[in-house]
Amino acid sequence: METLLTAARLSLLVSLSATVLIGVAGLALAYLLASRNFRGKHLLDALISVPLVLPPTVVGYYLVLLLGREGWLGGPIYRLTGWSAVFTWQGAALAAFVVALPLMVRVSRAAIQAVDRDLVQLSATLGKSEWETAWYVVLPLARQGILAGLVLSFARALGEFGATLMIAGNIPGKTSTLPLSIYTAFQNGDDALAQGMALLLTAISAAVIYFANRWTASRWL
Amino acid sequence: MALALSVRFRKTFGEFSLDVAWEAENGIVVLFGPSGAGKSLTFQVLAGLVTPEEGRVQLGDTLLFDREAGVNLPPRERAVGYLFQHHALFPHMSAEENIRFAHPVPRSAEAGAEAEALLRRFHLQGLARQHPRALSGGQRQRVALARALMRKPRWLLLDEPLSAVDLALRRSIRAELKQLQRSLAIPMVLVTHDLGEAFAMADYLVIYEGGRVTQAGSPEEILRNPENSVIAEWAGNARVHGGRVFSF
Repeated sequence: METLLTAARLSLLVSLSATVLIGVAGLALAYLLASRNFRGKHLLDALISVPLVLPPTVVGYYLVLLLGREGWLGGPIYRLTGWSAVFTWQGAALAAFVVALPLMVRVSRAAIQAVDRDLVQLSATLGKSEWETAWYVVLPLARQGILAGLVLSFARALGEFGATLMIAGNIPGKTSTLPLSIYTAFQNGDDALAQGMALLLTAISAAVIYFANRWTASRWL
Repeated sequence: MALALSVRFRKTFGEFSLDVAWEAENGIVVLFGPSGAGKSLTFQVLAGLVTPEEGRVQLGDTLLFDREAGVNLPPRERAVGYLFQHHALFPHMSAEENIRFAHPVPRSAEAGAEAEALLRRFHLQGLARQHPRALSGGQRQRVALARALMRKPRWLLLDEPLSAVDLALRRSIRAELKQLQRSLAIPMVLVTHDLGEAFAMADYLVIYEGGRVTQAGSPEEILRNPENSVIAEWAGNARVHGGRVFSF
């Protein structure tokens, strides 16, 4: 029971942190991709989306290359601060972020692109800046898609296993999220614990998606 | 004193090229022509939503676009009251919020007072809190017009303002639009493909065909000497059925 609660708490911390990051970065990227043409747009789009099709272990491997103590980014950070994302819950959150980001970007980008172009142009003729139009017209109208993207990303982050294992390891109480704890319990023959955690994870995921669907049900159409 | 409106530009979209020039004094200018003649595209160019390859657009003393001089004011600086063909009300805002939105500070008390005055002026008092989906075509059109005026425009572009309004209401709205132009004393440009409406509204008429202006002038001039077969036929008809009254 103790293990289950610890793992559940850790899972929520990791998934919520990843979702907050995704809410900011994913929405900005989705808006950029939906509203602008620039050099390297397709490359950026492909880079964001590739974790959808790569095995999570490969994503985790790249994260270690990037963020490990010897990593391109992680090396300088480690030498400067003595801190590294490897084997920490923050590392797990970053893994969840990278793996779940494409869901947010793809779903919210589609919603932003679906906003009637007339309304965007009209807002400009009414004297509104691009920021005002984004904030008062586009985002409210794309709200359902943006929330759907966030919910899917949260659910995906909650279920993240492979990339987390690669960069954060499987340290009970520190980086063992529910999916990792289920694996450990199952390996150790603790079927009751594995079953309890599997049911809990299923219940949380299903509830999140169910309530998100109800909450985002169309209000003005 | 400069002309109220002076327009000349060329814009190409694949096979279609729009190459037009016309100018008008203060009053109601009607762009008439069949669908696909380039009337709505002209509006997009005038409002700054589409940039032409070359030309010049001037409103009174203000240069809005001049290819050679490198002038191209963005839409939000063109002080235009643009009524889109399908009104383009914001579906997530109530009638009052739609109108307030056109104010620089939508939540200010001043915006509230002005919105209230506009709601009254357009007989929309009871509908302030309604969202567009609950409004009829005519009501939506009035909200869109009120919103366009909230911006305190220096000119009005009305794209088929009567298309969503049933026949019974059209005559009264025509009269209201005319009255509106007279009271604001700003140029009002109106697009229609209804010839009767064109002649009923226009102080100055511009005939569009296939991306070109085939004739422009006062309705009387055009009726007297029509260069367009559709208008000639219609003008002939009008003579045969003499006694139809246009507001000359």
